Amino acid sequence: MIEMKNVSKAFGPKQVLRGIDLTVGTGESMVIIGGSGTGKSVTIKCILGIIRPDSGQILLDGKDVTKEDRDAFLARFGMLFQGGALFDSLPVWQNVAFRLLRGSLKKPKPEAREIAIEKLRRVGLAPDVADLFPAELSGGMQKRVGLARAIAAEPGIIFFDEPTTGLDPIMAGVINDLIREIVTEMGATAVTITHDMSSVRAIADHVAMLHAGKIRWTGPVSEMDNSGDPYVDQFIHGRAEGPIEAVR
Amino acid sequence: MNPLAALGRGTLDILATIGQIALYAFETVSHLLRPPFYPREFLHQLVAIGWLSLPVVGLTTLFTGGALALQIYAGGARFNAETVVPSIVAIGIARELGPVLAGLMVAGRVAASIAAEIGTMKVTEQIDALTTLSTNPMKYLTVPRVLAATLTMPLLVGIGDAIGIMGGYLVGIWRLDFNAANYMTNTVQFLETWDVVSGLIKAAMFGFIVATMGCFHGMNSGRGAQGVGRATTQAVVSASILILAANYVLTEVFFAA
Repeated sequence: MIEMKNVSKAFGPKQVLRGIDLTVGTGESMVIIGGSGTGKSVTIKCILGIIRPDSGQILLDGKDVTKEDRDAFLARFGMLFQGGALFDSLPVWQNVAFRLLRGSLKKPKPEAREIAIEKLRRVGLAPDVADLFPAELSGGMQKRVGLARAIAAEPGIIFFDEPTTGLDPIMAGVINDLIREIVTEMGATAVTITHDMSSVRAIADHVAMLHAGKIRWTGPVSEMDNSGDPYVDQFIHGRAEGPIEAVR
Repeated sequence: MNPLAALGRGTLDILATIGQIALYAFETVSHLLRPPFYPREFLHQLVAIGWLSLPVVGLTTLFTGGALALQIYAGGARFNAETVVPSIVAIGIARELGPVLAGLMVAGRVAASIAAEIGTMKVTEQIDALTTLSTNPMKYLTVPRVLAATLTMPLLVGIGDAIGIMGGYLVGIWRLDFNAANYMTNTVQFLETWDVVSGLIKAAMFGFIVATMGCFHGMNSGRGAQGVGRATTQAVVSASILILAANYVLTEVFFAA
């Protein structure tokens, strides 16, 4: 279980998170929605320890994440980055098997390659993609490789940062389905941040809406349409008029 | 805007940057000594930084050695001391021009490429990705580059010295009618071990500066193409200035009477 308690973060004079309270249960798929620049990515990066919050507490299974052993802590996570964030200098299979080629999870090279190819197959890519370089792949393929890398070490918790941004609607649908399948199959806890409502409906068990650095509303995805919150209504229906200012 | 306030702000910014660079260099050295190590990355950087800089350094010192021979001959002729050409070319190249010019050329080539590569990795979230994959970017990116540059620069400069002296030699015997054997004898006779070694120590320092500046500015790159461009420029400019400043300090330490 991931718990965020009153987490705040400012960058210089800009207050991004103003006391986030959020709980994600084990095995649950939580989707955080919210407009651009509302602090969704910062929230995830705070949990991962890439960004240190100014105040508040983040607990993973009841233990403070800042006091945990970093390596063991990070070994439990997988993350799919918005742009894929694949390493240009490494071929696809070494990207996927990155964690398996070094550090505490190190495996012999042939075994790591085999696992990489199996994970590539799991996300719908042929084995011959393994020896290509990221720059030779299309956007959709890069996302899939990023997904394969996120699941390569079978993490218990997976983060997805805007998994469908920049993809055509069909490819977005494919990635959404893949995420849903993989998360269910692995029994992993998933936290996705997105502003793509089709993603939300395909992936989420629970939804949390972030607005102005706070969690505005949270609840099961089935209740999202009847939340009674004008902010949530405006966002999920994409209305220009409403309490959320269109110009940020 | 109040000019005094602007001056104060500028001074504070510069001091803050100097502090950050010093802390970064210190952190790099501390990571250098602690595992995990990434030997494959290190070998890759040895080739990228050392081997691939060889043509640039070789050509720079070759032409400089040649021009130096012509200049010293012209200068020496004013008081009938043309015979000092071989020894002064050798001493000038080994002590000063070899390490400094090689350092500046490598700063242009290597600091720029390191800053651009790491800056792009930062902008495309590859540095964050490294962290989430339990890999410390300081150990995986910075340490191999800094170590490779620090170790290969003396080698590069050693080879550059030899090529530079050869440049002077070629000009000496072809253009200035020196006797080949005499030129060689004069070169070897007057060149002391410390002349060469001091230059190689300088080179190691310059290598450290170049890679550290490239990594520092890359890791602190701003967003987008403009941010990476600025980081690259800052890396080359700061590396070059620090090389020249360090050269003065080291020369003072090594040779001050």
